Amino acid sequence: MDLLRFSTAGSVDDGKSTLIGRLLYDTRSIFEDQLEAVEETSRRRGEGYVNLALLTDGLRAEREQNITIDVAYRYFATPKRKFIIADTPGHIQYTRNMVTGASTAELAIILVDARNGVATQSKRHGFIASLLGIPHVLVAVNKMDLVAWDHDVYREIERKYTDFSEKLGVLDLTFIPVSALHGDNVVEKSEHMPWYQGPSLLHHLEHVNVGAHKNLVDFRYPVQYVVRPGQDYRGYAGRVASGAIRPGEKVVVLPSKRHSVVTSVDTFDGELDEAKAGDSVILTLADELDVSRGDMIVRPLNLPIVATEIDATICWTSAEPMKPDTRYWLRQTTREVKAFISRILYRIDVDTLHREEADQFELNDIGRVQIATAQPVFFDRYQLNRETGSFVLIDPTTNNTVAAGMIRGEVRHEEDLLDPHSAEDRALSEVSPDVVWEGWNIPLPKREERNGHPAAIVWLTGLPASGKTTVARGLERRLFRAGCQTMLLDGDQLRHGLTGDLGFTPEDRRENIRRVGETAALFFRQGCVVVCTFVSPFREDRDRVRGLVPKGRFVEIFVDTPLEVCEKRDPKGLYSRARRGEVGHMTGISSPYETPEEPEVHLETSGKEPDALVDEVAEALRELRLIRLGRPTGGGRE
Amino acid sequence: MREVAAQFERPVLLFSGGKDSILLVHLARKAFHPARIPFLLVHVDTGHNFPETIEFRDRLVDSLEARLHVALVQDSIDAGRVKEEPGPNPSRNRLQTVTLLDTLEELDADVALGGGRRDEEKARAKERFFSHRDRFGQWDPKNQRPELWNIFNGRKHMGEHFRAFPLSNWTELDVWHYIAAEGIDVPSLYFSHEREVVERNGVLLARSEHNQLLSGEEWMTMRVRFRTIGDSTCTGAVESRADTLDDIVAEVAASRVTERGGRYDDKQSEAAMEDRKRQGYF
Repeated sequence: MDLLRFSTAGSVDDGKSTLIGRLLYDTRSIFEDQLEAVEETSRRRGEGYVNLALLTDGLRAEREQNITIDVAYRYFATPKRKFIIADTPGHIQYTRNMVTGASTAELAIILVDARNGVATQSKRHGFIASLLGIPHVLVAVNKMDLVAWDHDVYREIERKYTDFSEKLGVLDLTFIPVSALHGDNVVEKSEHMPWYQGPSLLHHLEHVNVGAHKNLVDFRYPVQYVVRPGQDYRGYAGRVASGAIRPGEKVVVLPSKRHSVVTSVDTFDGELDEAKAGDSVILTLADELDVSRGDMIVRPLNLPIVATEIDATICWTSAEPMKPDTRYWLRQTTREVKAFISRILYRIDVDTLHREEADQFELNDIGRVQIATAQPVFFDRYQLNRETGSFVLIDPTTNNTVAAGMIRGEVRHEEDLLDPHSAEDRALSEVSPDVVWEGWNIPLPKREERNGHPAAIVWLTGLPASGKTTVARGLERRLFRAGCQTMLLDGDQLRHGLTGDLGFTPEDRRENIRRVGETAALFFRQGCVVVCTFVSPFREDRDRVRGLVPKGRFVEIFVDTPLEVCEKRDPKGLYSRARRGEVGHMTGISSPYETPEEPEVHLETSGKEPDALVDEVAEALRELRLIRLGRPTGGGRE
Repeated sequence: MREVAAQFERPVLLFSGGKDSILLVHLARKAFHPARIPFLLVHVDTGHNFPETIEFRDRLVDSLEARLHVALVQDSIDAGRVKEEPGPNPSRNRLQTVTLLDTLEELDADVALGGGRRDEEKARAKERFFSHRDRFGQWDPKNQRPELWNIFNGRKHMGEHFRAFPLSNWTELDVWHYIAAEGIDVPSLYFSHEREVVERNGVLLARSEHNQLLSGEEWMTMRVRFRTIGDSTCTGAVESRADTLDDIVAEVAASRVTERGGRYDDKQSEAAMEDRKRQGYF
């Protein structure tokens, strides 16, 4: 029988505890003695009905305040499925509990009080559910009895919440109108709402797809414990975090990068021919390696990210605020390393979803940070792998768990992307009439999403020896260091191959730029920031390349160096040879250069160092919202 | 279990002789096979245990080649650490907390594994897998470490220790299903048998040297079995004809009363369990 873990969250008066009580009661998961105790308490408090909420409000302090204050776990089963409920409170100071409850859940029930509409808290729950990567979200519109079972009220809530959820990218969103107090649409379909055609809440819980969040592809095996009963056996105990492995397969151990082969997958009940995600097993390897707790066994051709700088979203779970200079323990899978928060990018206001500046986090704050670790950590992005993409921070003085984190990736220095989704995926406009254009197999936005930045063509044009290539090389190196996919296309280099058959006549120059432009467009389609450095003297040719990519993605940079300066530099002796008449069609001497009319960047180079010029271009790209790079960032690192 | 062995230096496994701790031992055996269980088994013996329990315990320990430490509540009483409850039917259930804490200190244990499950009682529903206890062995339900994903934080200061509950997410039915599926041996007390009992406050108490009749009561012979096994002074039996594991699974599945419903000690007040937990009870 399969198992569904779900979390419930709702505001104090949304009737969450009543809903859970109702689920337990109607599925006959309440024992007589529990019910008796609740009936007795309800009577004592003078309540006219059996207060089902009392079934779940565990601790005495909560019973007195009438609110739930921690995560409580409940268990029930139907003939179809077993359920574990992580019941979490709704008010603001307990965001951390919602995060805790959601961390192992596959479905979140968000309660909305039909009388009040979509409240801030319901949005917060939705946000946390999406942050924690819960695949299914169920919005229970409760207290329908108090709005006379009105379809319009329900529809309005449905519309508002759907609008809101689109921002979050919730995969599966379901709405069910219920009355927890009377049991309508909780277990049995309601007779009061004939306009609702969908299933009851329990029916939905019984049939929703489970296990969807498991990563079955990337084999990751964090070593938990070394089992060594005697000299002749050495096994590595652990639970397969994701993927699967069989005896005979090649593996590599991190961080030592030693290669070996899996000899056996051992369990108490005998050897297995495969260990897959979620299995607790012992692996033995063919070679005697030094493997210990915190190491990770993976496949050589499918490696996790190995880094010492992590970009992550964290939720602060401790009453003590973040301390900037503290070396926290970072615990991820079975690995524990010293770490400090090197930079705070922003805090998210969980109610408005706005990003705001912050210099520290306090209890229940959620935001994005960069973390530097003393030793490398082996991880995947949380979105791809919940097991290896999650971590906690532990305060070394109190030993408390002070933060929960979800890894976004490794830190990309000095740059970040702006919204890659805004890219319009426009197919090339001009194509040969005989070619049936089927579009690109993998659309550009997908590639951009993976790369984490928009694609662009940065085109440097200018006289020979104007310094284009120097700037281009500096720029590309900086982009590359910042984690961008880049490619540098240089006229001199391409003339060794792709354009080797061409000379310098105006016709050949045109063909040269056509080929180069098409090549740049291909790299662009691949998601690169393509840096091109070509004299490209004719406006028409440059504009043609501009037309190959969507608007805003072609950045023309006019490297403006006076002819006298270029002629004085003359590194290849071209100008002097042209003056002597030994070289024909020399741009600037015997062939025209058409100055760009409206370049995106007009780079006047006189009296400036190459680095300063690169800075200037980087600044311009930032202003064009293509990339954010250039200025050194906090922490004094580059 | 492996996390406990990996994160702590001197782990012990609290063994009561009940099904949950038997299951715990079984799981430990599976987790570390082919190595031996890396935990010292500790039994806090109130002196009021059923003889079947003690016999079963010794047999299991022998077969596993495990190490066992028995702590006697009687020793705590003799040492003046605790006082026997007054009245005709003294329960030593409360007293064992002191014996337990003393024993953990004596053994210098930094973590104690227990068979507690969250489905047992409301206060336990909020318990963590790794539950932090301060230097006095006390539990603070308002200041628990959040437990996210499958990451467990067992860091502690000198003198502090942990309770670990690997069975947190199991239900009573899960336990019996598993015992049946794996063919795990459990004490005969769990199976239906004839026994002299007396009914008191809705609980069937077994005849033993520690249970005396109050006025107006008399022993009756019934077919019963136990759903939990603890101190004979407070563990109630239920009428049952279930004498195989499959019968028990069927009975538990159909049950309308929690297993703790047979625990006389929980009935004393609604928050009884929470009070005992705060003091360091398991």
